[in-house]
Amino acid sequence: MAEFASSGCLFFDELIDEQTNKEFLDDIGHTDIDKADSVNDFYKNIKATSSIPRIPAGTPLKEAFPKNSPLDKIFKNEVVEGAITSLVGSNTIVDHQFLHITFPTKYFNQANQRQMSQANHQDSTIDPRSTFDVQLFYFPTEVTKEMGGTRYHPGTHLRIVNEMAIAKYQNILGQKSIVCKPGTIGIFHSGLWHGAGVNFSENIRYMFKVRLQPTEKQELLWDPEKKYQPLPNRALYWTDETKDQTINDILMRSYPWQEADTNRLDKINVVKFWRLLTGHKKMDVDYWLTRIENELY
Amino acid sequence: MAKRQKVLVLYLKFPSLEAEVISWATFDGTGKKLHMTGDSDTPPYPTGLDALLDGWRLFQASQAIPEQPGEEYRTSYLKHEFFFEKLEEGDF
Repeated sequence: MAEFASSGCLFFDELIDEQTNKEFLDDIGHTDIDKADSVNDFYKNIKATSSIPRIPAGTPLKEAFPKNSPLDKIFKNEVVEGAITSLVGSNTIVDHQFLHITFPTKYFNQANQRQMSQANHQDSTIDPRSTFDVQLFYFPTEVTKEMGGTRYHPGTHLRIVNEMAIAKYQNILGQKSIVCKPGTIGIFHSGLWHGAGVNFSENIRYMFKVRLQPTEKQELLWDPEKKYQPLPNRALYWTDETKDQTINDILMRSYPWQEADTNRLDKINVVKFWRLLTGHKKMDVDYWLTRIENELY
Repeated sequence: MAKRQKVLVLYLKFPSLEAEVISWATFDGTGKKLHMTGDSDTPPYPTGLDALLDGWRLFQASQAIPEQPGEEYRTSYLKHEFFFEKLEEGDF
């Protein structure tokens, strides 16, 4: 949870088994690249024939997917279920889902179109809530570097921006792209900055995404016995490096893209986020909030 | 001979050209190179000053705007933005 609070993302490599990956690909009508004519036709075919259901926004996740369908199996995977329960609770609802397909160069050449990566963005719209949604990303096939896997920027999830208004940042120091084996699951905080890369391979790249909303406060959902206790204050600046690393080191991690000044605000916002996730309204890490809350007038 | 503009946008770690580059974008009006999101993991220059030393002309820099009262701890866009240009002559 500290990792999620700090970076805004979690990854579970090769979590979904080969058989379920195959069933999912069969369901969506995955075909050899040579048999697909155009981007539009390919999407139209998948939408018409796949067993991915149309799910009205607000449907409980538990009722969303047909029993024993590949997506049902994915969401019943104990790690996926545990992560979802920890982040958005066991009564989460589906906001939307979509099968993202990134096409290889030859499609763009055939259509005489410029092949461009997707610009950096934060999904949906300006979202100043303390409540957060999560987006689950499922990769049914291997994603190589050449295939332009989802680009993301760890630690950006608490910056409040307006969707594509961050598109002007072509490259951001510390940017990462998902390169993974089949069956990998990623879970993003809904505020995490991201975008699709360019697919320079010969193969289609798939990413199935589901956005989930909580219906309850996200306080200690990950600690049902409510045992979590914040760590005591530690020395600042004149520190003892011989001490073991703690979760406070994860929470106070800096990211290479952060400005020198705003980096401190980013830390303050991680502490505020951790207060919400733990229910400890006065807890602090490295005195960032205690210092500015010591208002005597 | 026609002239075309190349634009380099650098986002720096703090509001001085000596600061390290943390984000960057390039738009090439000559059409020689198509830049796009995610096309490079390494900044074109270590600092803003290095861009000047390589002949880029600064034409816009972000202002220092005090934080809105009550919103002092809200974080949003990258703050320290610098626009540079180079003009290139050629037959385009």
